[in-house]
Amino acid sequence: MKNFNGQVLFLDRADINTDEIIPARYLTEITKEALKPYLLEDLKFDGFDPETDISGKSVIITRSNFGCGSSREHAPWALEVNGINLVIAESYARIFRQNMFNCGMMAVELSAEEIDRLFAKFSDKQTVIETDFENSRFIVKADGKELEISFSISGFDRALVKAGGWVDFADKNY
Amino acid sequence: MGRTVAEKIFDAHYVDNPYGDIHVIKLDSVFCHEITTPVAVNDLVSRGKDRVYDPAKIKAVIDHVTPAKDSKTALQGKIIRDWAKRNDIKDFFDIGRNGVCHAIFPEKGFVRPGYTIIMGDSHTCTHGAFGAFAAGVGTTDLEVGILKGVCAFHYPKTIKIEIIGTLPQGVYAKDLILSIIGQLGVDGATNKVIEFAGPVVDQMSMEARMTLCNMAIEAGGTSGICYPDMNTVDYLWAFISDEYESKQAALTAFEKFCPDADAAYDDVITIDAGGLTPQVTYGYKPDTVKPVSEMDGTPVDQVYIGSCTNGRIEDLRVAAEVLKGKKISDAVRGIVSPATPEIFSKALEEGIIKIFMDAGFCVTNPTCGACLGMSNGVIAEGEVCASTTNRNFFGRMGKGGMVHLMSPATASATAIAGHITNSKLYNA
Ligand code: SF4
Repeated sequence: MKNFNGQVLFLDRADINTDEIIPARYLTEITKEALKPYLLEDLKFDGFDPETDISGKSVIITRSNFGCGSSREHAPWALEVNGINLVIAESYARIFRQNMFNCGMMAVELSAEEIDRLFAKFSDKQTVIETDFENSRFIVKADGKELEISFSISGFDRALVKAGGWVDFADKNY
Repeated sequence: MGRTVAEKIFDAHYVDNPYGDIHVIKLDSVFCHEITTPVAVNDLVSRGKDRVYDPAKIKAVIDHVTPAKDSKTALQGKIIRDWAKRNDIKDFFDIGRNGVCHAIFPEKGFVRPGYTIIMGDSHTCTHGAFGAFAAGVGTTDLEVGILKGVCAFHYPKTIKIEIIGTLPQGVYAKDLILSIIGQLGVDGATNKVIEFAGPVVDQMSMEARMTLCNMAIEAGGTSGICYPDMNTVDYLWAFISDEYESKQAALTAFEKFCPDADAAYDDVITIDAGGLTPQVTYGYKPDTVKPVSEMDGTPVDQVYIGSCTNGRIEDLRVAAEVLKGKKISDAVRGIVSPATPEIFSKALEEGIIKIFMDAGFCVTNPTCGACLGMSNGVIAEGEVCASTTNRNFFGRMGKGGMVHLMSPATASATAIAGHITNSKLYNA
């Protein structure tokens, strides 16, 4: 299983699309590693700068419809090679969400209220998330305080994370 | 309880139901292009599983960047070319015979009502115009599709959009789908299939239905679907005439995949096309849509006519009708990319290419070209393109560039005027 723990990058915008996660001009790359420097390069909004804000982060917390647009799996790959295997959002575009679990990564939904609460309480702090996969909960830590949040993912998603992705799962079962 | 089109197709392709509402279904075809396939191929090779489930069911094309523009894109082409050869994939379309995937595969007769198709491309939903379940997927799903001929989906929920009335003169499928996306929002159909139905769709050509289904993904939809009818049979007849005794027999077979009258929908939306005017996007999301009249006068630097949305012969005919005998504005660069060699040939025969050239357009070979800002018409930072494509994300056509999506008629009128404007065909 991949690592789902670490420092949080808060992206306070809805509808972040895959062109913003990894622009089309880098789709000529044929290895995942080559995507590393370009993650979120075209994402522009107040309070976010890809040059300084990505380094050291392992988890993204964001708003709704994350990963919309192009089906490119380069988007999860660009996250993965930067050490980000977990995204927590209000909702996702279908293909992006599936691509994440297909790679053995996690795209977890929380309610709008819970996402609001996370932004309000933690987005201005150095925040770390620990994932207790077996018990389906996140432990959010900042300034010596802790908050526990439970999440739910489907049996299928869970199986993909455990198998390390869809290729291994399908190869075994079909 | 009756079933929707997608439910019928899923039930007919059932392989497994491993968890909850996840259905693993058998695939009738897997489509491939040179951007998303090479990484899957490399992964299969590194796993020691360089094989395909059925070479006859895999169709492949080089379309996004063709001819190759640099060493990297040349390598992408080489990987898919060598792979197709190694694995005996006969339906592989290389330069000279290649065109935009979602235009060339239907044109070759690869899509049938009731089919299940995946491709590593979000606009795979286009093929739903034939009454198929066709979905864009990522590279891992593609890889498993290539190897095993299966894919996993949530058992589909469906939104039915019933389009009544008649499209006014000068208003097209593109205007309709832009206005629908404006209503649904970019995630209004996430995880759902959209059935497009009603008299307006019944009247539409297969080309127009493809334009409609092409942009289902821009509202988040898994697939757009139109019901198979005599138009569908006519379009496919050259490819299926030895499989069916008559067109009527083919229609009867295809109608199995029409929805039951008592099918259960997640939502049913009725739209009256009668009052619709030409539409255009104004922002960086495809659901930021306004009537063209409200954007009239917005200057543009480039006009692009082409893509899997609007690069078909009907689109070129409409554009040429507006351009005929006119010159485009000096302030504008015009580029047109007929979507396939066959469309290019037809346009040549019909004098359409000459109309474009006389007007001052650059005519390129069939390719995705400017649509995704990788070749053939990348715009500079701060520049604006009026485009018949399907995506207007910030930087889509070049870093820092702005794209306004519109119909071929509006794009041609805009090229002549040098700024966004309605075509003279509108309410002519
Ligand atoms: S024309 Fe544009 S949207 Fe269509 S397949 Fe090519 S890049 Fe994708």
